[in-house]
Amino acid sequence: MNHQDQLILTPNIDRADDFYADLLSAHEGLSKPESDALNARLVLVLANHIGDRDVLKQALAAAALNKGE
Amino acid sequence: MNKIFEIPLYSYQRSDDQDASSPVRHPVVVIGAGPVGLAAAIDLAQQGVGVVVLDDNDKVSFGSRAICFSKRTLEIADRLGLGDPLVDKGVQWNLGKVFFDDRKVYEFNLLPEEGHKRPAFINLQQYYFEEYMVQRVRDLQEQGAPIEIRGRNKVSAIGTHDDHVTLEIDTPEGSYNLEADWLIACDGAGSPTRQMLGLDFVGRVFEDNFLIADVIMEADFPTERWFWFDPPFNKGQSALLHKQPDGVWRIDLQLGWDIDKEREKRPENVIPRIREMLGEDVKFELEWVSIYTFQCRRMEKFRHGRVIFAGDAAHQVSPFGARGANSGLQDTDNLCWKLKLVLDGQADESLLDTYDVERIHGADENILNSSRSTDFITPKSEMSRVLRDAVLDLSEQYEFARPLVNSGRLSLPCTYEGSPLNSADALNGPERSAPGSPCPDAPLGDGYLLPQLADRFTLLTINADAPDSFEEAGITVHRLALSTQDDKTRALRERYLGDNDSAVYLIRPDQHVAARRPSFDDSQFRAALRRAIGKEHSA
Repeated sequence: MNHQDQLILTPNIDRADDFYADLLSAHEGLSKPESDALNARLVLVLANHIGDRDVLKQALAAAALNKGE
Repeated sequence: MNKIFEIPLYSYQRSDDQDASSPVRHPVVVIGAGPVGLAAAIDLAQQGVGVVVLDDNDKVSFGSRAICFSKRTLEIADRLGLGDPLVDKGVQWNLGKVFFDDRKVYEFNLLPEEGHKRPAFINLQQYYFEEYMVQRVRDLQEQGAPIEIRGRNKVSAIGTHDDHVTLEIDTPEGSYNLEADWLIACDGAGSPTRQMLGLDFVGRVFEDNFLIADVIMEADFPTERWFWFDPPFNKGQSALLHKQPDGVWRIDLQLGWDIDKEREKRPENVIPRIREMLGEDVKFELEWVSIYTFQCRRMEKFRHGRVIFAGDAAHQVSPFGARGANSGLQDTDNLCWKLKLVLDGQADESLLDTYDVERIHGADENILNSSRSTDFITPKSEMSRVLRDAVLDLSEQYEFARPLVNSGRLSLPCTYEGSPLNSADALNGPERSAPGSPCPDAPLGDGYLLPQLADRFTLLTINADAPDSFEEAGITVHRLALSTQDDKTRALRERYLGDNDSAVYLIRPDQHVAARRPSFDDSQFRAALRRAIGKEHSA
């Protein structure tokens, strides 16, 4: 597997605290259904950016917290 | 005005078989004069196989029913001699609109690939399809072909034997018995044949109901496909509007599975919904309303000794993606050349088991696609609804989300990947024409490739030498010699050669690729032919 087919699971976000604050503020003032919808749209936007099915499969497994994947 | 589906097209007539002192044996009996049964009968009769079609009714199907016929179906129809009337009458469309809740989220143009004789699909009421088929049967009869349709002949009992089937048939003048070497059951979703043999379905089962209405509009309305997710007039469900010939529009309203069918069908309940769907000022007349219930599943196997199931009798899918009649015609396309070889003693009965292998593969592909469409259209959990709605909301602004919108993936022909009839791929060529694939069409001089490949085994050579014909296992294979010098559109190169300078293909009578190599090799192609008729089992 070359580097590009590998899901990055080491720190990779530039200024992580700022990103996290952006994420929280995107949800500010939203109801639970609105937040769920925003998260769903965000997942789809990010998934499209990644595109690679192998990486997406690894991401799904990583998000499920399946140890040993 | 009498509608075509109200006029008997094959009235009951007494047959000599009813007065015979002992049951008359026919090579093939087909039960069901729908599109699938008639396709089987026409295919066999064209090959000189005697065939009798029995139907408990005497008319074409009531209402529009199947309306979307795919390119592959039209190509098969060409082989059956009825492609032109279908395409002349059918409606072609390219523009689709997708609605979500109360708004249009996007529209698309299908832009079908160039260089095919037939369009990606046409819309046509099933009753026209059947009418043209019955006309084709009449033409074949005039030419002396051994084909008959017997209306109001209802099969009431079936006896199965090692080498034939016995049938007890009720008619308006009492019952009689018939025998058949082979019985093809094309008697629809509720198949009485299946029930008489005590056979059932396996696999994932889900059920849904659709209100189907044919509507005649008084004003002009664009020739487009409109699909609604979760519209105000059908909350939580879907709706489809499609143009048919004669100014008839087809409306499909999904109803869910737990409904009161009689109540939903009443005009006072149907008309307000359609008015909300089309807009207050659109004048329309309701021609036909029906409730259609479907289940998504198939039989464990389609061949049971001398009884072979095809079409909805063997497998059922949701209407999303037009996979019912279209897959049924691929069934008979696959079956009839094999049955002819078996009847002629040129292949063993076991060749018919590959009908099971190949068409179960096809049915599973259709069930998978249809299940995925259903999961998108009718989300089964709260989160699947959240994700579905997210896709639709994004699709309004961003192109990337549109391929995820699933209102039915339109039926594409099945590739028989991994079939025992395929020889290993010996050409590093285009994937779309690998062994098992249906041959893609291409322009050829003033005409097209596919009509040149019909009804017999063909050796297709492109920039390659080969004998004009060869005989193997009692079958003569004729060569079709082509050159890329005449390939102005480069479609032949793109679809059959890829980066190769030359190629040789062995093509089955149903226009599927059996084998391909860069050049002709006598022993390899002889082996490939034996393999394609089930007589060579090593790969």
